[in-house]
Amino acid sequence: MLKSLLLALALLPGLAAPAVAQGAGPSPAAPSPAAPSEAMAKHIADVASADSAVQEAAAVALGKTGDRKVLPLLEALREGSVSVRSLPGGKKETVIVGDKVSEGDKTLVPLFAAYGREPIAGPDGKPLLAELSTLGEVSAGRSLRIAIRPLIDAFSGQNDLINPDPAARRAAATKMAYTGDAATLKVLEEALPKESDRWVRFALEEGAALIRLRIGDPAERGIAAETLGRLRSANALEPLYQIAGDPQAPAPLAAAAQVAVKRIERWGLFTQAIEIAFQGLSLSSILLLMALGLAIVFGLMGVINMAHGELMALGAYSTFLMQGWFATYFPGRFDYYFLVALPFSFLVSASAGFLLERGVIRLLYGRPLETLLLTWGVSLMIQQGLRLWFGAANVDVTSPRWLSGGVPVMIGVQLPYNRLFIIGLATICVGAMYLLLFRTDAGLRIRAVTQNRGMAACLGVRARWVDAGTFALGAGLAGLAGCAITQIGNVGPELGQNYIVDSFMVVVTGGVGKLAGSILAAIGIGGLNKIIEPGMGAVFGKVLILVLVILFIQRRPSGLFAAKGRYAES
Amino acid sequence: MPSLERWGLIAGALALAVVLPALNALPPGSPLRVSDFTLNLFGKFLAYAILALGIDLIWGYTGVLSLGHGVFFGLGAYAMGMHLMLEIGTRSVYGNVLPDFMVWNQVSELPLFWKPFYSVPFTLVAVLVVPAVFAYVFGYLTFRSRIRGVYFSIITQALALSMWLLFNRNAMNLGGTNGLSGFKSVFGFTLNSATTQRGLYVATALCLCGAYLLCRWITRSPAGRVLIAIRDSENRVLFSGYSPAAFKLFVFVVSAVLAGLAGALYVPQVGIITPAKIGVLPSIEMIIWVAVGGRGTLLGPVVGALGVNWLQSTLTTNYPDLWLLVLGGLFVAVVLFFPDGVVGTAQKLLARVRRSAGAGVRSSGRPDEGHRPEEAKPQTEVPHIQAR
Repeated sequence: MLKSLLLALALLPGLAAPAVAQGAGPSPAAPSPAAPSEAMAKHIADVASADSAVQEAAAVALGKTGDRKVLPLLEALREGSVSVRSLPGGKKETVIVGDKVSEGDKTLVPLFAAYGREPIAGPDGKPLLAELSTLGEVSAGRSLRIAIRPLIDAFSGQNDLINPDPAARRAAATKMAYTGDAATLKVLEEALPKESDRWVRFALEEGAALIRLRIGDPAERGIAAETLGRLRSANALEPLYQIAGDPQAPAPLAAAAQVAVKRIERWGLFTQAIEIAFQGLSLSSILLLMALGLAIVFGLMGVINMAHGELMALGAYSTFLMQGWFATYFPGRFDYYFLVALPFSFLVSASAGFLLERGVIRLLYGRPLETLLLTWGVSLMIQQGLRLWFGAANVDVTSPRWLSGGVPVMIGVQLPYNRLFIIGLATICVGAMYLLLFRTDAGLRIRAVTQNRGMAACLGVRARWVDAGTFALGAGLAGLAGCAITQIGNVGPELGQNYIVDSFMVVVTGGVGKLAGSILAAIGIGGLNKIIEPGMGAVFGKVLILVLVILFIQRRPSGLFAAKGRYAES
Repeated sequence: MPSLERWGLIAGALALAVVLPALNALPPGSPLRVSDFTLNLFGKFLAYAILALGIDLIWGYTGVLSLGHGVFFGLGAYAMGMHLMLEIGTRSVYGNVLPDFMVWNQVSELPLFWKPFYSVPFTLVAVLVVPAVFAYVFGYLTFRSRIRGVYFSIITQALALSMWLLFNRNAMNLGGTNGLSGFKSVFGFTLNSATTQRGLYVATALCLCGAYLLCRWITRSPAGRVLIAIRDSENRVLFSGYSPAAFKLFVFVVSAVLAGLAGALYVPQVGIITPAKIGVLPSIEMIIWVAVGGRGTLLGPVVGALGVNWLQSTLTTNYPDLWLLVLGGLFVAVVLFFPDGVVGTAQKLLARVRRSAGAGVRSSGRPDEGHRPEEAKPQTEVPHIQAR
């Protein structure tokens, strides 16, 4: 608190002397109102003047002082809640009036000091209530309101510049850079040495250079262009293009702008590549979560589960439901709904998968094509059920606050938390699957049944229960994928259809029941999707990937990592 | 085939190809008259039946489940539709020789691949050859690398998805999402006259009869026996010195041609073809026609295509929300309870009745009789080689 207050004081350029004195005083946070300087007091009195020209000049002068304590007065002026009261002794005082209170047939209003908006205490020490009719209302004309507007904006920018949240400080600096003038420039430059956060520093430097580029003299503008180039500021591209293309611009400036544009553009390509790689990675994570379950079940039972996408949709809708419950019953803890939704969606989808396996799929053992048709039928029914229950339109899932925003890693690259979370989730799931499959008894049984069902059964493995458990596990992973997808995509009844074909491609490419194959294939296909998309469009990207997959299985018919040994498919 | 069944089939063919259109030709108001709407609906169903026959060849007989037949249907339909679009000429809304959607999309000149479709013979050939070539290339690449079973199914599904995406693009110059529509005439005959529609119906019925005979001939030939052998155990066929890939490729191409023919007959009767007909869902719906009717029989797909589509058109008009639930339920019920479909189950019942009646004759020598594809698991057939 103290630190930010000091920071605020240091930031304010035209700070009036008394305020400094107060800041250096023993109790800066004490509510005792500091008296405004004489000049300030005159302005405050003039604001209430009947002459609109005097009024406006006074308001602007107040604004120019940069003293944050005049902000409430300016705001009140715009709202029309400034009045003049007569003090004993014939003096007049400008005050801010609060919300009206009715008492009998009198309308009372609390009064606040014009400077700093401290409540004015009455003789009894309680906030003073004055009768509205005894006050002279100060009217604010349209031109005055218009003149005040930018002053208030500048104040709010300065306010945000001392916000404890670095993201807000950055946003304020960037916003100020767009509209700022010489005064803003000063604010930004004075804030810079006191700023410790790297990204806010960048935004401050960038903002200052942007303003210089706009309002400085040619030499200054040249330096600003050079600075912006060094900063690789993507925000500067537009003005720099204009300067580089402007025939009236002085030659050195134009040259500097061109150099800067080149540097920024090159950097832009680089950051774009990183962003694409990152998006590809997060798409791959979703595909991987989907494909893991599919591939393990396929390896184990030879069954392709066409309803896998709908199990994912079930997970997504469970998240939606959980969000609704939290909003109704625990509105204060809303942000934690997602943590509960993760296991919940896993359980919902896993139970659905378990029922599906025990209910119908086990009846069709050894008839993979029939199972495929059957699960497709189930998927149609789930889909239509969701549509009838939740409506055909997409439902809205709000991200918890701790998943919005992102972490900036370099200039122009910000990794969103929600995608990072998905990548982390997929990594954890893969790790857990690995441990389960290769370090536990249950995993040993799964692998045994995958390799040789008959022999495993002879040795006492209950193959049918392994089937059911594995199927439920795969379905649960799909549910997790559905829960994750709510953070980056739309949730609708057709959700599953959008991902299912891609997940099949991952299974086909990766090979059956191989973790490593699924991971590599998911990364490959997810990455390719995002790499091709910007150049050729999503549609041709999908077609191209299909062609590539078909060509790929020409070389390796059983996927990236085929099972070793002498196998022949029946 | 026992003569009773043969006569039954001939009677059915006559009823569909002669009696129904004749009833339609009765003067309006006569009690027996079949309405134009009904005839048109049946024409559409018969086109579907041709498609279903093709699917039965590849799935019911050869055991290869293709989830991408909507693509071949669509290729035939679009080939026909392109000709019909060009036939509109300047009678279109914009009065331009170019199809309307090209005018909207500001295409100034007819794309090169559209030009040959001015010619009627070219169109008639293209309707069959385009799906055939496409199926040949796709089938060659997949069968050669021994992609089978569910692998093949999901690859064909991906094919259906990507073709659907492609045909939705305006850049393809095929009408985008709205597809091709607004046809005025077919080969010079006005489309909105009852006589033309009746003619199209008869043509469709005749094509169905021809397709039926073709499939009958194929399945009864020695090659047909190999197809069934592939269905029951591909490895055994392979080890016996046959090339399953070649047979599968052949039957895949034949079924694609039938699908293309069905598409070409569908377009002038329905008057529109859109990418919605070639996506994943329509492709898999075609499978359910065959499954409900009875795969591995030739009558089954025809019965299934007519029955399921009739059910669909009834349900979607009366209870639109229910249709997808019913369709899903059909998949589940057919797979779990009636793997032989309507016709297969009926044949089995008939055979049992005959046996118990002491006719002394085994039901029939048809190789497909009472067979459940995929059920014959080669658990023990090839020793030392693991059946997965």
